[in-house]
Amino acid sequence: MPHTSAGPQIEQLITLLSRLPGLGPRSARRAVLHLIRRKESLLEPLGRSMIEAAQRIQSCKQCGNIDVRNPCAICDAPGREQTSLCVVEQVGDLWALERAGAHRGRYFVLGGVLSAIDGVRPEDLHIDRLLALAEQPQITEVILALSANVDGASTSHYLSDVLAKANVTVTSIARGVPVGGELDYLDDGTLSAALQSRRSV
Amino acid sequence: MISTALVHLSLSRFRSHTKTELDIEPKPVILFGANGVGKTNILEAVSLLAPGRGLRRKPLSDATQRGSLQPWAVHAKLSRQDGVFSIGTGLEAVSNGHRRLVRVDGSHASAGALAQLMRQVWLTPAQDRIFSGARGLRLKFFDRLVFSLFPEHAKAVSSYEKAMRQRQKLLDDGGAEPAWLDGLEQQMAQFAFLLMQNRNQTMQRLIQEIETSPDSAFPKADLELVGEDELAVLTAKCPIDENALRTGFGRSRHNDARAGRCLTGPHRADLRVSWAVKQMPASECSTGEQKALLVGLTLAHAKAVSAHQQACAPIILLDEACAHLDERRRAALIDELCQLKGQAWLSGTDRSLFEHFGNRAQFFEIKETGAMSGQAS
Ligand SMILES: Nc1ncnc2c1ncn2[C@@H]1O[C@H](COP(=O)(O)OP(=O)(O)O)[C@@H](O)[C@H]1O
Ligand SMILES: [Mg+2]
Ligand SMILES: [Zn+2]
Repeated sequence: MPHTSAGPQIEQLITLLSRLPGLGPRSARRAVLHLIRRKESLLEPLGRSMIEAAQRIQSCKQCGNIDVRNPCAICDAPGREQTSLCVVEQVGDLWALERAGAHRGRYFVLGGVLSAIDGVRPEDLHIDRLLALAEQPQITEVILALSANVDGASTSHYLSDVLAKANVTVTSIARGVPVGGELDYLDDGTLSAALQSRRSV
Repeated sequence: MISTALVHLSLSRFRSHTKTELDIEPKPVILFGANGVGKTNILEAVSLLAPGRGLRRKPLSDATQRGSLQPWAVHAKLSRQDGVFSIGTGLEAVSNGHRRLVRVDGSHASAGALAQLMRQVWLTPAQDRIFSGARGLRLKFFDRLVFSLFPEHAKAVSSYEKAMRQRQKLLDDGGAEPAWLDGLEQQMAQFAFLLMQNRNQTMQRLIQEIETSPDSAFPKADLELVGEDELAVLTAKCPIDENALRTGFGRSRHNDARAGRCLTGPHRADLRVSWAVKQMPASECSTGEQKALLVGLTLAHAKAVSAHQQACAPIILLDEACAHLDERRRAALIDELCQLKGQAWLSGTDRSLFEHFGNRAQFFEIKETGAMSGQAS
C-alpha cells in the first residue's frame, strides 16, 4: 500500500491510478498531487468525463470498436470504403491504424487471439460475426493485421481457413523492414520475413 | 591483440556490491579473493550486459542488493575497433514489479542492441556436470553456444516451445479444430527449421575450429548433435525442410495426444561429446578431464564467434575455470586466452593460479563489502 498522510479517499485514488499501465505507486502519487492542485481545471472535469464515458461507452455490435454510438462512427461513416475489412486484435490496434490513416475500409476487432493455454477459443473471438461480415456481398478483401508472434500467426492461419467459406481474398500485412530502418540492424528472422514478402517494383 | 574489451565497469546495488568501480585496461582481467567476496557477482554483472538472465540464470530482481530500496544497475564502457560505447542495464520499478532497462550511449535501447554491440561466451562451475547430467540441461548449454553466434536463436527456441505447448494443450483437451492445429504446426515447423539451421551451423563452425586448431594441452572434442534423425524418420525426408516438418508434426498428432507430450522435434535433440583421441564419451572422463574438454570447447566457441562476427570478438567469462586444471593446462589456457581478440575475465581464489599471465593481465583483488573499489595491483 502506498502511504501518504492524506485521507482514505486520496489513498483510494492513488491505489486505483497505480493500476494503470505505465504507472507505479510513485508516479500515481505524483499524478494525484498534480490533480489536487488543479481541482477545478483538471480533477473535476476528469471525474465528470470519466463518469460520462463509463455511462455511454459501448462496444460496436458490428465491428467491436468502442464508441458512444452503436454502430460506431467508423461502421456508420458514409465515405468509407466498403470493400475491404481489416481484422485486428484489439481496439488499440484499430486506433493505431486510424491514427496513421493507413486503412480506408472497415474493421473487425477480434478482442484477442486464439490461445489454448489462456483458454481463448474460436467462440470467444466472435468469429461467426466476422464470417457474417465477410460474407456481405460488397466485401471483397479481408486483411489480417494481427501480431507477428506465435499466437497471432496461428490465429491468422485459422482465420484464413474459416474465411475460405466466404467469397473474399484473404491477405495479411507484411512483416519486414521498418520505415527508416537499416538492413544491417535487423535480426535474421525479420530479414528473411522481409525477403519472403518481397514484391516487384 | 585484444580488439574488444570493457575498459570501465561499475556495479550499483548489485548483490554484495553496493558500489564497485573498476578502471580496466584492454587486457585479460583477473578477479581474485577469498570465497564469497563477490567475484562471481562481478562476472554475473558483466553477463547481464547481454540479452537474457545472465550466467546465474536467476530472476533479474534477485540481483538487487538485499535491503536496498533502489534496484540494481550495471554500467560499462566497451571499447571496440570502431569506438568506445557506453552501455548500461538495470531494473526499473513499475506498477506490477520490475522492468529491464537497457541504455546505449545515453539513450534507451533494446536488449538486442546489446547483442549487436557485444557477444559473450562463459563457463561456470554450474556447467561442470553437464556431460553426465540431464539431456535437457545439455541441450540448453548447447543452445547458449548457439545464441552467442545467432542472437535470434533465443526467439526461435522460445517461439517453437510456445507453439508446441499451445498445440499440446489443444491435443490434451481433445476435439480441437484441425485448422487451429495446422496453424500451430506451421509455426512449430517454421521455428523448428530456423533453430535447427542455427544449431547445425554452430556445430559446423565449432567442429571446424576444433579441427583446425593446433594440438594443445586441451583435448579435442568430437561433437555430434543426435536425436534429430528421429525427425527424418518421422518426415521421411532428408535433408528436412519446413514443409516436411509440418507434415511430420501433423502425422504425429495421434501419438502426441496419447503420450501427453510432443514425442519428436528439435526439443528432443542431445549434444554428444567425446574425447576424440581416446574415443571416450565425455561422461566417462574424470572430473578434471571433463573440465579440460569444456574449457577446450569454450575456447573453440570463442574463436568461432570471433570468426563469425569480425566487428566484435566475444568477451569471455571463466568463473573458477582454473580450479580443476593441472599446472600444464592452466598455462596452456592462459597462453590461449592471451591470443584471443576478446577480453577474458577470470576468477579464482588465489592470485598464484594466474601467475603464468605475468604482466599480460590485470589483477584486481576483490575485498569484502562492495562499498570499496577493487584495487588494481
Ligand atoms: N541480493 C544480494 N544482496 C546482497 N548480497 C548478496 C546478494 N546475492 C548474493 N549476495 C552475496 O554475495 C556473496 C557471494 O558472492 P560471489 O560473487 O558468489 O562470491 P565469490 O567471490 O566466491 O564468487 C555472498 O556473500 C552472498 O551472500
Ligand atoms: Mg564464485
Ligand atoms: Zn463498428
